[in-house]
Parts: sequence; C-alpha cells; structure tokens
Amino acid sequence: MDISSLVFNWDQLGIVFALAGAVLAALMGGIGSAIGVGMTGQAAAGVVTEDPSQFGKVLILQLLPGTQGIYGLLIGFVTLTQIGILGGSADLTLAKGLLYLAACLPMAIVGLVSAKWQAKAAVSSISLVAKRPDQFGKSMIFPAMVETYAVLALLISILSITSIGGLSV
Amino acid sequence: MSDDFIYAVARVRSRELALLGRQDIDQLMACRGFDECLRVLNDKGWSGGSSAEALLAAEEEKTWAFIRELTDDLAPFSVLLYPIDYNNLKAAVKCVVTDTQPQNVFLSGGSIDPQAMVRCVKDNDFTSLPPQMAEAADEAYHVLLQTGDGQLCDVILDRACLTGILQCGKDSKNELLEQYAQLRVAVSNIKTAVRACKTGKSKAFIDQALAPCGTLDVSSLSAAACKSVEDIYGYLAATPYSGAAEKLKESYSAFEKWCDDQVMDLIKEQKRNPFTVGPLFAYVLARQNEVNTVRIILSGKLNELDDGVIRERLRDMYV
Repeated sequence: MDISSLVFNWDQLGIVFALAGAVLAALMGGIGSAIGVGMTGQAAAGVVTEDPSQFGKVLILQLLPGTQGIYGLLIGFVTLTQIGILGGSADLTLAKGLLYLAACLPMAIVGLVSAKWQAKAAVSSISLVAKRPDQFGKSMIFPAMVETYAVLALLISILSITSIGGLSV
Repeated sequence: MSDDFIYAVARVRSRELALLGRQDIDQLMACRGFDECLRVLNDKGWSGGSSAEALLAAEEEKTWAFIRELTDDLAPFSVLLYPIDYNNLKAAVKCVVTDTQPQNVFLSGGSIDPQAMVRCVKDNDFTSLPPQMAEAADEAYHVLLQTGDGQLCDVILDRACLTGILQCGKDSKNELLEQYAQLRVAVSNIKTAVRACKTGKSKAFIDQALAPCGTLDVSSLSAAACKSVEDIYGYLAATPYSGAAEKLKESYSAFEKWCDDQVMDLIKEQKRNPFTVGPLFAYVLARQNEVNTVRIILSGKLNELDDGVIRERLRDMYV
C-alpha cells in the first residue's frame, strides 16, 4: 500500500479558500446593498407618497448604496476567472488560495459596512430633499462620500487578485 | 426598531413643509379681523369646520389620522393620549356618581372609548381598562361616592395620569419621549404647587396631588408650597426649571408660554433625526402647538384684543 496516498494533500484546499473569497465578496457586498437599498427605498417611498414630483431625485439617492453589491459581484467574477473556475486550470496551492481569500476580504467587509452606513446617509439626504428639493445636488454629496471607501476597497481587492497569479507560492 | 420608522419619518418630513412658520403667523397677525384670519387659514389648507373651534378640532383630528396611517402602534403616543383618557374618565366617574347624562363632556381622540368608560363605572367593573387606570378609576369612584369631594376625585385621577405619562416615557426607551414625560410631569407639579399654595391647601393635599418626578424633588416642592409662593420660586431656582420661576413672577400666561416653548426646544433636535419614532412625536407636538397658536390669534382677533397682547402669548414655532 502506498503510504503517500493516505497523507492529506493540503494544496487541494487552495481552490476552496479562493472560491470562499469570491463568494464572500459577492455575498457580503450584496447583503449590504440589499439592506441599504431597502432602507433608502422606504424613505424614498415616504417622500413620493407626499410629493410624487420628487421621484427622480429620491430614486438616485435610493440607488447609491446599491453599488457595493455590484463591486462585490465584480470581485467575485474576477476571482473566479483568475482561479480557473470559469475556464482553464483550477489548480491552486494552499498559499495562493489563502491569498485570494485575503484579497477578496477588503471588498467583502468594506462592502457590507459601507453600504449600511451609506444607506443611513442617503436616508438623511432623502429627508433633506423632502424639505428642500432645491438642495438635491448637495444632498447627493453626503452619501457619495461614503462611496469613496467602497471604491478604495474595490481597488485594493482588484489589484491584489490580479497580482496573485504572478506570485510563485 | 429605529429602522421601522424610515418611511414614516420621510412622510413627516414632507408634511413639515406645510407647518405654519413665523412668517405665516405674522401674516395671520396682520389680518384685520377674525374672518380674514379664517380666509388666510383656508388658503393654507386648513379646512373642515364652519366655526373656529370646529376648524381647530378638524386640524387636530387630521394629525392623528395621519399618525394612525403611519403606524398601528400608538403606544409611544400614550404620553399625549393619557390626558385625554383621564379627562374622559373624570367626566365618566362624575356623570355616573351624579346620575347625569354625559353631554359634550368627553374629549375626542383618546385611546379608550368614553362610553366604554361610562359602562365600566356604572358596572363598577374596571377590568377592561389598563391596570393602572383601573386602579385609579376604582379609587376615584369610591372616594367621590363616599365623600362627594370632586376635587379629591380629580387629584387621584390627575396624579394617576401623570404617573402613567412618566411610566410611558420610561417604557418607550426613547430619549425624547422620556424627556417630554419628565417635563410634562414637572410642569404639572409646578402648576399644582403654585395653585395649592395660593389657595392655602394643606400639606397632605399637596403631597397627594404631586406626582413623583425625576427632575423635581416632590417633597421639597410640597414643603415650599406649604410656606409661600416665594419659597416655591426659591426652590425652583435651584432646579432645571429656574426659568419657570422667572416667568411665574411675570405672569401665569408668561409661564404657560414658557412651558410650550420648552417643549418646542425639546423637539427641535428631531428635525435632524431621520430614524426612530421621535420625529413623528415631534410632528404631533408641533401640530398641537400650531393649533394652540392659531387658537390664541383667532380668539384675540375675535375679541379685538390689541396686537401686542396677542403677540406676547404667541408660542415659538417648530419650523
């Protein structure tokens, strides 16, 4: 009997960790955006109930926390492509798998947290628009500031994911 | 949950645009007479009654209809509904004990049907009322039956009302409601102490009438009320209600204006709060303040009072 066949090959777990990273990025970003768009949707519906002419303005504010879900999807897609699940060889070392997981985490965590906080800012901005429709431009800026950190997380995740392939680990 | 009120608060924000502001009040004040005031109010969307009182009652009802549309749970608003319920309970107890038919004695908008209260008192069965209210109603009913002292009956129910308001504020776990309940009870205690002092009531009576309150030491207030009005002012000067003492020295109407302005100061923070029940509660109070202010202007115009006299009674507005 070949003893080596009984020893667990840890490298088999590489693809598992890499896939977990892709799933987490899409999952957490999506959850954050769903919560955020839901909250802002309630506020938008409240304003439109009283003043239907504000629909266009509040719709834009409602959609702001939806971007994290898209970023998460993008990171998930890029990761799946890089690790070979969407074609090519899905043969990864354990170290690479863990690296992909780590690379996906900024988008996953920041996506979830920033979507919720951006939603709170957007709800406040919707209240602002309800009271002062002429201040719509300014009201957009406050929730948009939160977006900065989601974009930074997206950037670092993308840079990491696309660079891992070239590493010899 | 605070997020449960996102939709409601957004609707309130839109409705706040229709609240009367200082400019609207100035416009009303500039009207030459009562009829012109009514015309201006109609232009601003105030409608629903042929007389001034009917108009104001209709506006108040509109507010509650709006709140009922926004939330099924009126528990946080009990702080505002208890005074109506307890007023109706007083009327029910007195009508039953004096065996008179209740006519135009009940206030509308309470959380309990006044006719149900009358039935409770008639049957001497208060189990269908909330426990605290049932206990107070039972005590007030038997006190009135045995002593015929209507004032004592009022004192029992008023104190129960204030205790209920305070408890409701605490149970709400909402800072605004808690602070409002504290203010409401403290102001009622001050009014009671001043009136009792001026009418020379006994310490036992005052102790029974004052409701426990977190921001006022009831025993010190009671002791001061037994001595003189100056002692009450002296005690109040060392409490968060020092402004009340100043206004009481000025006049009772100045004190009442101060009380309403304190409420406005309390709720103004809610203009920046997009979550929680606070903005809804603030909207109801703002509407009540608006109705009270319009009532002052209309009655002033109707009685052809001098503008200066009316103006010194006008309350601060929410917007």
